[in-house]
Amino acid sequence: MKDTENVTGYSGNIVIISNRRDIAANAIFVTAVLMCGIAVQNTYYLQIMTFIGINTLLALGLNMLMGYAGQVSLGHAAFYGIGAYTTAVLSGTFGVSPWAALVCAVAGAVLVAFVVGLPTLRLSGYYLGMGTLGFGMIVNIIFREWSSVTGGSSGFVGIPMLEAGSLSFMDGKNYFFLVWGVVFGAILLCRRILSSRMGRALRSIHDGEKASMAVGVNTHFLKLQIFMFSAALGAVAGFLYAHFVMFISPESFGFMVSVKMVTMVVIGGMASVWGALLGASLLTLLPEMLHGFAEYEMIVFGLILMLVMIFMPQGLTRGLLDIYGHWKKRP
Amino acid sequence: MIDMGMEQPETDKTETVNANDTASPLLHESELHSRKERILEVHSLSKMFGGVTALDDITFSVEKGIICGLIGPNGAGKTTLFNMITGIYAPDSGYILFKGKSIRKIPVHALVKAGIARTFQHVELFGSMTLLENVLVGMHVRTRSGFWGAVTRLPWVLREERKARERAEELINFTGLSDYTHRSAGDLPIGRQKMAEIARALASEPSLLLLDEPAAGLNAVETEALGLLIEKVKKKGITMMLVEHDMSLAMGISDKVIVLDRGRKLAEGTPREIQNNQDVMDAYLGEA
Ligand SMILES: Nc1ncnc2c1ncn2[C@@H]1O[C@H](COP(=O)(O)OP(=O)(O)OP(=O)(O)O)[C@@H](O)[C@H]1O
Ligand SMILES: [Mg+2]
Repeated sequence: MKDTENVTGYSGNIVIISNRRDIAANAIFVTAVLMCGIAVQNTYYLQIMTFIGINTLLALGLNMLMGYAGQVSLGHAAFYGIGAYTTAVLSGTFGVSPWAALVCAVAGAVLVAFVVGLPTLRLSGYYLGMGTLGFGMIVNIIFREWSSVTGGSSGFVGIPMLEAGSLSFMDGKNYFFLVWGVVFGAILLCRRILSSRMGRALRSIHDGEKASMAVGVNTHFLKLQIFMFSAALGAVAGFLYAHFVMFISPESFGFMVSVKMVTMVVIGGMASVWGALLGASLLTLLPEMLHGFAEYEMIVFGLILMLVMIFMPQGLTRGLLDIYGHWKKRP
Repeated sequence: MIDMGMEQPETDKTETVNANDTASPLLHESELHSRKERILEVHSLSKMFGGVTALDDITFSVEKGIICGLIGPNGAGKTTLFNMITGIYAPDSGYILFKGKSIRKIPVHALVKAGIARTFQHVELFGSMTLLENVLVGMHVRTRSGFWGAVTRLPWVLREERKARERAEELINFTGLSDYTHRSAGDLPIGRQKMAEIARALASEPSLLLLDEPAAGLNAVETEALGLLIEKVKKKGITMMLVEHDMSLAMGISDKVIVLDRGRKLAEGTPREIQNNQDVMDAYLGEA
């Protein structure tokens, strides 16, 4: 019975440690964001970091769907685009307050996700992947062809700047903090979901969908819910993107962007909130560093994806942690 | 009277009970033959897979509160029957009544909520989650907080979560697994995993529990512990169906036994009746 005490004492600690770890990770995250925001003066770097934040939001949402519900979406850029175009048209063309437009953008994306997800998620296997692939392309064609509203392939000009009272987000620094504030909120939100009854059910689908159903989880509904949630995060990212660059065009929301989002999640490590951050950072920074090689961008991404899948199938986050673990264990 | 579906009619109820020492001491035959409420009724159920007849015109019923053994050689259709009672497969013909109502078209998760739980022949725990979390997922149909609950963490949500954890720990104690509460389910020894599946199934507060070969992979000591656990579950008033190849367990613990062979019901009766049934002997010897 000595063993018993040992084990329970040990496991009790695990729970406490994981809570402490979360708090520590959050603290590091907030400090890092604050330091970057305060120290970095160069507008180019601030801009890059803001893009990292926007991409992290995209990866976070998709990660919930891919990493936890085990469903691939190959058209997620569509929700990103719906968020961006909704706010562009409402605030740019119709003069609606961007904040009201944000609500419409999120509601619109969630509604579309519901309609697209309802039939596709009922089917097993990779139907969602196929369904969303087609869906993403159709949405992109609409952005391109409905030129009276969207500006067509030449893009939409005249998206207003964000303001909150006397606070203007014209300033790159303010925008940086806005985006990363939203990212932090989204991280907390994802963690809350994952540690809840809903999150447990979600993780159970990942471990075994058959058993999950058999113990009473409505897996179809849950997948639909998380699909809608990831669409909402995509729309928020699109909103932030549109008001940041103030000019949007269909290419920013095409198939390649969807693939890039999937790559971020896979590289960072599926089923890991911090992995989404890492994946988004890498895939935002790399093209900047490979400036002269724009044509080879996709090849480089493909190579990285292949290498990660071969050598670190759990993703870079897990892989690096494992290497660190080995290194620490060395005598 | 309950249709026993057996060739042999009533046996002498009073005198023969003690005569055979291998018979189940749990329930007098007179009790079995009395008009007990039926929790499960299966009527001429058939199921084909391609050319294979997995179940062929099966009819039987299970009375409330009993343990109903389900035995038969490999490929007899036992697991298929469980898959149909839990709503995973729809029948080609025939129907199933649970508590008097047809389960047709009711989705799997709704049947769990209605009170049917199961364990799997090949362990299907959520391997990356802890035992506690596994049991908490088992409680899914008895708890209700959803997306907004998770996001807002309102007081009732936290209260529900705390209560669920307490109940899960109770169940883990009940199944004798408290040493493993916070371990990953995938890391448990196989014998414990089998017990863990029972804990997870009990978490949904079933009125009918289907156990598919719970003793497979267990050693003698563990099998005995399992037998005791099943008795404890029975005392809670939970009806059980038990698929088991371990005959001493199946015969020792069941109130009645149904024998399947190649999709057909070969016999039904008390363990003692089954052990004396020539058809059953033939089926088993023929296979072995
Ligand atoms: N999903 C399926 N698809 C095709 N055939 C199936 C399927 N499920 C079961 N069968 C077939 O139905 C028959 C009955 O199988 P079942 O698993 O129900 O037997 P069992 O009595 O549980 O056997 P065991 O003791 O080996 O577990 C077998 O011939 C099996 O191959
Ligand atoms: Mg079987």
